[in-house]
Amino acid sequence: MNIWGFSISEARVINYDKNDKSIAAQLSKEVPDSNLCIGCGGCSATCTAGNLTDFNIRKLQMSIKRGETTEAARELHKCMLCGKCLTVCPRGVDTRKMILTLHKLLHN
Amino acid sequence: MSIIIIGAGPAGCEAAYRLAQSGEQVELIEKENETGGNLNNWYQLFPDRKSAKELNRLLRQNLNHPNIRVHLNCEPVKIIRENNSFSIDLNDGAQLQGEALLLTTGFRTFNARRKEEYGYGIYENVMTSVELENFLTNHQLQTSTGKKPERIGLIQCVGSRDEKICNFHCSKVCCITAVKQAVEIREILPDAEILCFYMDMRMFGPGYEELYREAQEKYNIRFIRGRLSEASENLSKQVMIKAEDTLVGKPIRMSLDLMILMVGMEPSEGTRQLATQLNLKLAPNGFLHTADPHYATNLTSTPGIFSAGCSTSPMNLTDTLTDARSAAIAIKEFLLSNRANTHKKH
Amino acid sequence: MNLEGKQQIWKDYQKEIADDKYYYARSCIRQTFFPGSEWAYLDILGNKLGKTVLDDPRHTTCTGIGYHSDVVPIETIMTVVARHFALMTEAGFENMTPSCITSFGIYTEILHTWETHPETEEKTREFLWKATKREFQKPKNLAHTSDIIYKFRNEIAAQKKYSLRDVHSGRPLQIVDHIGCHYAKMFPDKGIGGAEFPAVLSGMVTAWGGQSVDYPERRHCCGFGFRNYLIMANRGFSVANSKKKFESMQPYEPDFIITNCPGCAMFLDKWQYTISEMEGTTYGKNGYGIPVLTYEEAAALVLGYDPWEIGLQMHQVSVEPLLEKMGIDYDPEAKYKNIKGEDMGQPACPTYLKV
Repeated sequence: MNIWGFSISEARVINYDKNDKSIAAQLSKEVPDSNLCIGCGGCSATCTAGNLTDFNIRKLQMSIKRGETTEAARELHKCMLCGKCLTVCPRGVDTRKMILTLHKLLHN
Repeated sequence: MSIIIIGAGPAGCEAAYRLAQSGEQVELIEKENETGGNLNNWYQLFPDRKSAKELNRLLRQNLNHPNIRVHLNCEPVKIIRENNSFSIDLNDGAQLQGEALLLTTGFRTFNARRKEEYGYGIYENVMTSVELENFLTNHQLQTSTGKKPERIGLIQCVGSRDEKICNFHCSKVCCITAVKQAVEIREILPDAEILCFYMDMRMFGPGYEELYREAQEKYNIRFIRGRLSEASENLSKQVMIKAEDTLVGKPIRMSLDLMILMVGMEPSEGTRQLATQLNLKLAPNGFLHTADPHYATNLTSTPGIFSAGCSTSPMNLTDTLTDARSAAIAIKEFLLSNRANTHKKH
Repeated sequence: MNLEGKQQIWKDYQKEIADDKYYYARSCIRQTFFPGSEWAYLDILGNKLGKTVLDDPRHTTCTGIGYHSDVVPIETIMTVVARHFALMTEAGFENMTPSCITSFGIYTEILHTWETHPETEEKTREFLWKATKREFQKPKNLAHTSDIIYKFRNEIAAQKKYSLRDVHSGRPLQIVDHIGCHYAKMFPDKGIGGAEFPAVLSGMVTAWGGQSVDYPERRHCCGFGFRNYLIMANRGFSVANSKKKFESMQPYEPDFIITNCPGCAMFLDKWQYTISEMEGTTYGKNGYGIPVLTYEEAAALVLGYDPWEIGLQMHQVSVEPLLEKMGIDYDPEAKYKNIKGEDMGQPACPTYLKV
C-alpha cells in the first residue's frame, strides 16, 4: 500500500543514451530515404488516419529515430496505408514502405 | 590620389583588385601580418569543399597588381577629412592620402565564453567551429583524453538569434557550415554518431540544400530541431546536454564525446572602432548601417566612406566578393562625379 | 573541468555586500526545520565576527509561499515587504539580509518592480500608511545571508577548528552544492557567480579546505516549487526532481550537500528518506544518505560548535559519518537530549535509510 498519497513521477525526457536505437538503425538500412525527413509535416497534414485520430506519422517516425518505440508501436496500426503521404512528401520518402517495415520490425 | 581600403580580408582584397583593374591607385591596410582575414582560419569552403587556401592564394595573387600597395601590420591611428580627401596616419609612420575610403573590416566570431551555460573554456570537450576547422585541416579529431569520439554534437545559433547575449541577428552561414563540417567529420570518423541541433536550417545559397540532403542521405548525419539549453560535464569528461526535440515534442538529453559550437558573427573590433572614430551610423545589429538595403549596400551614412563585406552584415564568401565588386563600382562612380566637379546627393 | 575558465566568468559577477549592521529577516522554513542553523548564524556574526545584526521579533513571514502559490496577491506581498523595510528603517538599519532564498527573491523582485513601475511603489506606500501608519526607506544593500557568510569566508577560515577534510586520509571532502533557484535564476547579477556557475557556496567550501564538485544536474531545481509540494498529488513531481539530482551527484561520492535555500535543505534531506521508503534506494555509502548541511551549519562545524547545539539532530540523514570524517569531537549520547540533559525521545527508525 502506498502510504504517501503520491509516487515518484517518471521523467518524460528522451534519454538518448539509454534508449535502444536498433529499430532506427534497421529502418535506416531497409528504407534509406527515411533519413531524408525534414519534419515539414506535409504527410501528417494530409493523413486520413491523422485527421480522425491522434496518429501522427511524422512524429511517429521521429520518435523511432530517438529510440522511443513503445508509444510508436501502439500507434502504428492506425495507418490505413492509403498512400496520400507518399504523394506529398517533398523529400520523396517512401512512407508506405517505412510503415510496413516498422510493422515488421516492431511487431515481429 | 588613391583609394584607401581598411581591412585585407576577402572583401578588401577583391575590391582592391577591381579598383586597380579599373585604373585606380589603391592603398590596402591590414593589421595582421598577412592578408585573408578570417579566411586564414578555414580549411574547406561550403558547399563545394573548395580549399580555402586556394581561394586565399588567388585573392593574394591579385594584389601583385602594380596599382596596389599593401600595408601589412598597419592600423590607422588618425583619420582626417579635408574637403574631398582623406589623410590617414598609420602606426608605422606612413601617411596616406585618399579620395575615398572603403571599410572592409569584417566580422569577428562570437566569444563562446559569453554563452556560459554551454561551458566553453570550462568543459574540456567543447570547442568552436573555428577550432574544429583546424582539426579538419589536420584530418584528426579526438577527445581531450585522446579517445576516438563516438558521438559528436554540432550546436547551431551560438551567439546568433539570442536576445540573452544581445545578438538578435542570424549569422547566415553557420547552418551550412555545420552541414559541411558534419560531412568532414564523417570522413574522419566513419562510425561516429553525428548530430546537428538546429532551430531552422537556413540553406539559402546555391548547392546548400543539396549538401544538406546529401548529409542526411549519404553521410548519415542526424538533425534534431531544438536549441541547446545547457551543458554540463560528467565524470568521464563527456558533455551532458539538454535540449527539446521540438518535432517529437519532448525534452531530450544525451552525452556527447565532443560538442562543437557554431559561433556566429559579430562586427569586428576594427568595424566598431572605425564606426566610432568616423561617426558612422550603425544598424540595430551593430554592423555598419548601409544607405539602402537593396540599392545602396555600399554607401555608409557619410559620403566618400564606403563599406563592403561582413562589416555591414553577416555574409557568405560569394556575397562578400560580390559586395566588394559592387563597392568598386560605387566608388568608381563617386570618383567620376567628384572629378567632374558635379556634386550629387546620395 | 577548467577552473580558470570558471573564475574568468565569476569575475563578471561581483556583487556588493555591506560590511556590517545587518537587519535580519528569518526564514519560515529554516526556523521551523533547522532552528539551530539560524541561531548559529546569529552567533557567528555576533560573537565570532563582531558584527551587529538585528533579529527583530516584530518581523513576519514575507508571505512568499502564499504569493508563489497564487493565494497572496502582489499588492499584499508588496505591502508586507514594505512593512519589513519600515521596521528596518525605524530601527536605524539600511542593510537587509534575509535568511530565506524565497524572501531574497521576493525582495529583489519587488525592488526591481518598484524601479521599473514606480506607480506600484507609490501605491504600496499608500497601502502601508493606511494599514499601519508606517513609512519606509528602501534598503541600501540587499544580500542573502549566504552572501554575508561568503563575504567573511576567509575570516571564518582564520578561526577554524576543523577543516573540510577527511582527518584519516587527509583528502579534501568532496562537496556538492545546491543553490536555491530564486537566488540567481531570476536576477543572475544579484547572485555571486551568476546563475550558471554560482560561486557563493563553492567559495565557502574551498576557503574551508573542501573541494567543490561540479555535477551535471548542479543547476537543476530541487523540486520544492511551492504549488508542487503543497498539493499532495503533485509531490511525485517534486520528489522526482530531487531524485534526479541525487542520481547525478551519487557517482562523485559526495561527503555532503551544502545548500543556501531553506526549502532545498529540507527537501534534499527529507526526500532521501521518502525515496528510500518508496524504492529502497539510498545515495550515501553503506546504506546511509548523503548528509545535507546549510552553509550556517557548515560554518559552525568548521568553527567548532557542538553538532547538537546547532541542531544537527533535526536532520533526517545522519551527519555522524561526516562528523567522524572531519574528526569532530562529539557526544553520541547527547544527540537526543535537551539543553537540561533530559531525554527527548528518539524518532522511529527508517526501513532502509541507515541512521
